[in-house]
Amino acid sequence: MSTKSTAAERPRAAAEPGVIALLVLLAWLIPGSAHLWQGRRQKGLVFLIALPLMFLIGLWLHGRLFPLEMSEPLVFLGAIADRGIGAPYFVARLLDAGAGMVTSPSYEYGNTFLMTAGLLNFLVVLDAFDIAMGRK
Amino acid sequence: MTSHFLLLVLFAFFVSLVFAVLLRDSPREQLRTGALMFGGFVLAAYVMGWLMYPFPL
Repeated sequence: MSTKSTAAERPRAAAEPGVIALLVLLAWLIPGSAHLWQGRRQKGLVFLIALPLMFLIGLWLHGRLFPLEMSEPLVFLGAIADRGIGAPYFVARLLDAGAGMVTSPSYEYGNTFLMTAGLLNFLVVLDAFDIAMGRK
Repeated sequence: MTSHFLLLVLFAFFVSLVFAVLLRDSPREQLRTGALMFGGFVLAAYVMGWLMYPFPL
C-alpha cells in the first residue's frame, strides 16, 4: 500500500554530527528556524510566530522569568522551562522585562505562558533533531 | 486583561496549535487534531471548574 508523501516529509539519511549540533542550537535559539532550514516551511513559520508570541503574552501578563536557584527545586525547574524559548529569553533579560508582578491577577497566567512557551520549544527542538537523524 | 476564561482559551489555542502542527503533517489533519485538542482543553477546564465550584479553598 502506497502512502502520499512529499519530498520534505520522507525520512532522510542522518546529517553530519556537526550539522546536527548546529541545527539543535539554532532550533533552541530561534523557535522554528530549524524546521525552516529543513524545508518544513509551514511548521517552521507556525513555531516562529506562535512560540515567541506566547512568550510575549506571558511577559505582558506580568509573568516572571525565574532565576536559576538550586536551593528552590521548583523555581529551578521553572527557570529551565523559561530558558527553553532561546533568544527571546535573552532579549527579555536585556530589556529588563520579566521581573514579574506577584500582586497582578494575571501573574500565574503569565508564568504559565512563559514556561509553556519554553517547554513547547524543547519539543520543537526534539522534533527537528528527529528529522535531522532521518527518523521522521 | 484579567478574564480567566479568555486567558484559558488563549492558552488552549496556542498549545493546541503547536501540538497539532508538531504531530501531524497535512494541513487537514493538523486542523482536525488542533480543533479536537482545543475543544477538549476548553471543555475539560469548564467541566472541572464547575465540579470544583462547591469546594471553595
